[in-house]
Amino acid sequence: MSSPDPLQAKLLADDLLARYVRCLDDGDLAAWPGFFTDPCIYRVTHRADDRAGYENALIFADSRGMLRDRVNAVENVSVYEPHGYRHIVGASLIEKVDGTLIDASTSFLVARIMQDGETSVFATGVYRDRIDISGDEPLFAEKIAVMDSERVDTLLAIPL
Amino acid sequence: MEGFDLVPEARPIWRDGDYSHIPFWVYSDAANYEAELRNIYKGPVWNYLCLAAELPGNGDYKTTKIGETPVLVVRGEDGVVRGFLNRCSHRGALLCLEPRGSVKRLTCVYHAWSYDLEGNLKNVAFEDGADGRGGMPDDFDKSRHGLRPIEVTEFCGLVFGSFDPKVPDIETYLGPESVRFLKRALGKAPLKLIGRSTQVMHNNWKLYLENVKDVYHATILHLFFTRFRLNRLGHEGGIIVSESGGHHVSYSKMDAERGNQDYASQDIRSTGEGFSLNDPSLLDSIDEWEDGITVQIQSVFPSLVIQVIQNSIAVRQILPTAVDRTDLNWNFVGFEGDSEEMTRTRVKLNNLVGPSGYISLEDGAIGGFVQRAIRGVEEDSGVVRMGGDDVTTVDYRATETSVRGFWKMYRGLMGV
Repeated sequence: MSSPDPLQAKLLADDLLARYVRCLDDGDLAAWPGFFTDPCIYRVTHRADDRAGYENALIFADSRGMLRDRVNAVENVSVYEPHGYRHIVGASLIEKVDGTLIDASTSFLVARIMQDGETSVFATGVYRDRIDISGDEPLFAEKIAVMDSERVDTLLAIPL
Repeated sequence: MEGFDLVPEARPIWRDGDYSHIPFWVYSDAANYEAELRNIYKGPVWNYLCLAAELPGNGDYKTTKIGETPVLVVRGEDGVVRGFLNRCSHRGALLCLEPRGSVKRLTCVYHAWSYDLEGNLKNVAFEDGADGRGGMPDDFDKSRHGLRPIEVTEFCGLVFGSFDPKVPDIETYLGPESVRFLKRALGKAPLKLIGRSTQVMHNNWKLYLENVKDVYHATILHLFFTRFRLNRLGHEGGIIVSESGGHHVSYSKMDAERGNQDYASQDIRSTGEGFSLNDPSLLDSIDEWEDGITVQIQSVFPSLVIQVIQNSIAVRQILPTAVDRTDLNWNFVGFEGDSEEMTRTRVKLNNLVGPSGYISLEDGAIGGFVQRAIRGVEEDSGVVRMGGDDVTTVDYRATETSVRGFWKMYRGLMGV
């Protein structure tokens, strides 16, 4: 795909994000790594660490293989009470278009639904995405989920 | 008879010197929790407060808690780190409202009383009244209304605080083995903070501290460890319990060949095969320790855990927020002078730990499972008899000796 105009970029980002959160909310974790390029960057961090420039992340991956390992662990190894997410994403703000790379910022709110139905706001924050549209379909070359809070209730198993 | 004499409608008798049977009421009883805040957190213990690296400059402060009591730690104009209650001596309002910052003076938002960094009250707004009327009486003496100090000490880049002036010096408090391992983990260069996180746990604080001291669960609940043979109970290693019982170190040396047969015969979930990493670079490590130890987990009663898993280093603070709720504050660290490659290695390995950690996320939930299950049946008790009933240092790890050590120190301080 050639370099998109701003409206095209926005539609591409919105569509990719809509499909991404549907994948997570449907619990189709096996498909999740397929939303990324290989290599890629996936990080979950929070605003205070981000502003301080700290390198660490709650989750860090720099390859599709590492994302697959996360899925394998979440689905087959880690022990936790079954729960699901519902992501609500805001309108994507296109920060920059550089050839076939689109930088977008998008607010998210993630509700966590426990097996007894208890539903709570689990995380809010912003996705800082770099979307690569050079291939057959747009993919995340970089996805940084910056949570607003540094507090995580109980555990963060399923990715944001 | 093993365990408690069950007295219907009453608390079981907790025999003196029994550290192997733990009555469930200790995790849920509100009055007991209040007694802990007085006798343990305000008692002759060193509470972890912050990293010295979080206060690099004069005037830098950090707020935290001892038990549930807000305290502040500040580096003075003379470079000395001091601790105070985070409370104005006028009406008792919180003095510093932010988690960290840098100040010349500490000024209360309520009535603008201000203090220097040594806690001396320097300014009282309208001390001489307004328009020649009112103001403080002549016998009001500012020097008697400074901030209430707490004891503060530093060790290996960690800042500790205590309410009790009679608390032993930190090295005596820790004992020689805990000192040795803290130096191993943190002592080779100034610490560098690379990230923080707080994990909110729905359980009593003791359940988390016991969990940390419980080597027995580590390779059973946390399957990831075992599948990759990072840590199996049969690996060479041991558990050191301090003389007081309150502090422990567990350490092991990874050995892919040793101790695997035992797991196959235990009917536990840890042994499943067919799990391998698509990207093994997750576990790449750089040998920075040179003693063969791959895992070091250390606790300092009542609020600190140090974890070193190859190059993943974390300083964890345990803070109770209610009888059945606990904050676990993770500080991920490296050392000043770390290369980019070393930092990247630490960051990748830190996927193992924290609220999303492959070998630690379960610990955020497991205490809550206990807390829920004991509700209403607190007349019963748990049992920690693996490895016998003693509180001793051993060179094997199929034991609950360090959990019993916790109860030795706890019962001594609580008088229960």
